[in-house]
Amino acid sequence: MALLEIAGLEAEVEGKPILRGIDLAVPLGEVHAIMGPNGSGKSTLAYVLAGREGLRVTAGTVRFEGQDLLAMEPEARAAAGLFLAFQYPVELPGVGNANFLRTALNAVRRARSEPEVDALRFLKEARSALKRLSMADEMLRRNVNVGFSGGEKKRNEVFQMALLKPRLAILDETDSGLDIDALKIVAAGVNALRGPGFSALVITHYQRLLDHIVPDRVHVLTEGRIVRSGGPELAVSLEESGYAGLAAEAAAA
Amino acid sequence: MSAALKETEQGFSARYRGLAARLPGAAEARRRAAALFGARGLPDTREEAWRFTSLRALAGTVFSRVEEPSEATLRLLARAPESDAPLIVFADGRMRADLSRLPRESEAEGGPRGGPGGERGVRVTSFAAEPSFERVGEGEPLVALNTMLAEDGANITVPADVDGGTLVLLHLGSGEAGQPPAFHPRHRVRLAAGARLALFEIALGEGAYLHNPLMEARLAEGAWLLHLRLLEESPDAFHLGSLHVALGARSRYEGFALVRGARLARSEVHAAIEGEGAQFFLNAAQMLGGEQLADITTVVRHEAPGASSRQTIRNVLTGRAHGVFQGRIEVARVAQKTDGYQMNQALLLSEGAQVSSKPELEIFADDVKCSHGATVGALDADQLFYLRSRGVPEKEARAMLVRAFLGGMLDAVPHEWGRSVLEGAVDSWWKGRPA
Ligand SMILES: Nc1ncnc2c1ncn2[C@@H]1O[C@H](COP(=O)(O)OP(=O)(O)OP(=O)(O)O)[C@@H](O)[C@H]1O
Ligand SMILES: [Mg+2]
Repeated sequence: MALLEIAGLEAEVEGKPILRGIDLAVPLGEVHAIMGPNGSGKSTLAYVLAGREGLRVTAGTVRFEGQDLLAMEPEARAAAGLFLAFQYPVELPGVGNANFLRTALNAVRRARSEPEVDALRFLKEARSALKRLSMADEMLRRNVNVGFSGGEKKRNEVFQMALLKPRLAILDETDSGLDIDALKIVAAGVNALRGPGFSALVITHYQRLLDHIVPDRVHVLTEGRIVRSGGPELAVSLEESGYAGLAAEAAAA
Repeated sequence: MSAALKETEQGFSARYRGLAARLPGAAEARRRAAALFGARGLPDTREEAWRFTSLRALAGTVFSRVEEPSEATLRLLARAPESDAPLIVFADGRMRADLSRLPRESEAEGGPRGGPGGERGVRVTSFAAEPSFERVGEGEPLVALNTMLAEDGANITVPADVDGGTLVLLHLGSGEAGQPPAFHPRHRVRLAAGARLALFEIALGEGAYLHNPLMEARLAEGAWLLHLRLLEESPDAFHLGSLHVALGARSRYEGFALVRGARLARSEVHAAIEGEGAQFFLNAAQMLGGEQLADITTVVRHEAPGASSRQTIRNVLTGRAHGVFQGRIEVARVAQKTDGYQMNQALLLSEGAQVSSKPELEIFADDVKCSHGATVGALDADQLFYLRSRGVPEKEARAMLVRAFLGGMLDAVPHEWGRSVLEGAVDSWWKGRPA
């Protein structure tokens, strides 16, 4: 059984169909990449998986470790081990990053019947994670994402992921807006979690990220459907031919 | 004017007539107050200053007088936040020296207490022992009611250049719905030149009652009053309170109020800026639910040049609660270089909640900076989802965002213990409240 199993998933936003029948399985321990043109529904898929309101699922099922993911509240999905790195991380003025992260970590630990961590131990863990990601401690004292540069916001997402240690990470264009060094750091953050108990769904537009996080499978999403799946070489060929060629192929098929 | 409200008013007037001979202090002041109250009664919503806040809920109730605080009231003492600071306890409107921890130099009930050094420290006496009336209530019905019926209160004095430290003024009150009691304590605060005091007023209650306090404060040149207030009156109680503060040159009034309680609360703050370069700050938060109504009404009169006043009110409203802020800034012709600011912000957590703002600027000087503003919003769905996606349960996520809304205000409270008590009150607001 795959960790994540999506079958016949259809969803609409404000009456407009966006996901139009998605079938996708991510086995435990694998990293899958999703590529596709702007507006094809990649973020919508990520949001449906994370449980955002305002998206209406009209057909299909999603199983996460065999559970009905769509029936769960967003916080329950997080507790079950799902993590979404947002394409556009949200600013929380007045909420300190350290307080935010510790609250999140302890909420997730409570839900998993694990003991909560106290402020001191949290700081120790947070500092070592920051160090691994080459981020400054000062980050902890700032309000969540407020005044962060685009790249800092993305790194903050990866930092949260490192602390929450999900079983399935969905990275929605975490590489966009990153400089080359930051890209390597983010990739290292993901690779550090890689192992038999961790899977990831990496949404990206660029082959560059996939040089560092080598995926097991690559899927191409256009107009709310997965039109093509393949090995890492698919990303390379897309880089050369673009999506237009694929669309023509799909039309001919 | 409804007949039922008349009945309530007549109840107060009858009580005055019964007590008049025994009330402490100048009989003439009482008589004038009684005449003012008799002529005008309780305000109704046809009066501009009361258009958002109806006292209809008082109609038909004849409030009673209590001589001895009830057991229920005394039990509330256990709910008071702990500290080692000097403490003045009022139970059902009466000062209780036996439950208080008065500053060493203080006197209660007229008799001297404590040891030597009386000149140098905070002095507390009771209004019953040293009654005085600075105002009787001309045009101010809540003050007239207090003047007519006040029997007790705290007189707090800090001598020149003395740092009076922290003083807690605790009001406990309780009553039964049938014939609820009314308390009219009258407090006086005097800070001599260069004196300082951190006064933390806390009101706790249970059941039905009316709390009608008046505080008259006077800050001499360079004095500094930090005035923290936590209003946690019972959800069935009425709070009709007024603060009148006069600010001397370069003095500073810094107020932080958190209003959580009462079925109906009207907190008036009247500041008279009499001396050059004085500073008046008021930050207040109202956290209300159910059918609660809380009203903060301020009048800041700039009568001297170069002074500043800043007022920020934040409302967190759920259920069918109603938050009101009326802020009036008056700048006299002499008050050049006045810097006045007021802001009313509201976070509406339910469809039925509402907020009302009424700013009024009356400016007769030409070289001044005065501004006002208001914002209304709901919790941000994206922020809520972001928190939940990280595993924070919805209720906790909402609490975090509310806390963030009030956060800056709490962080600015320059008193560690006071801040922690206020933070605790903000955080516990959620307990037992549907998300
Ligand atoms: N709230 C909304 N209201 C209306 N349309 C929406 C809304 N949210 C998304 N859409 C539409 O859904 C479609 C898919 O959007 P989505 O964000 O999933 O695309 P994407 O594949 O992530 O694109 P990109 O590569 O630009 O991030 C787009 O046409 C978008 O305009
Ligand atoms: Mg997207």
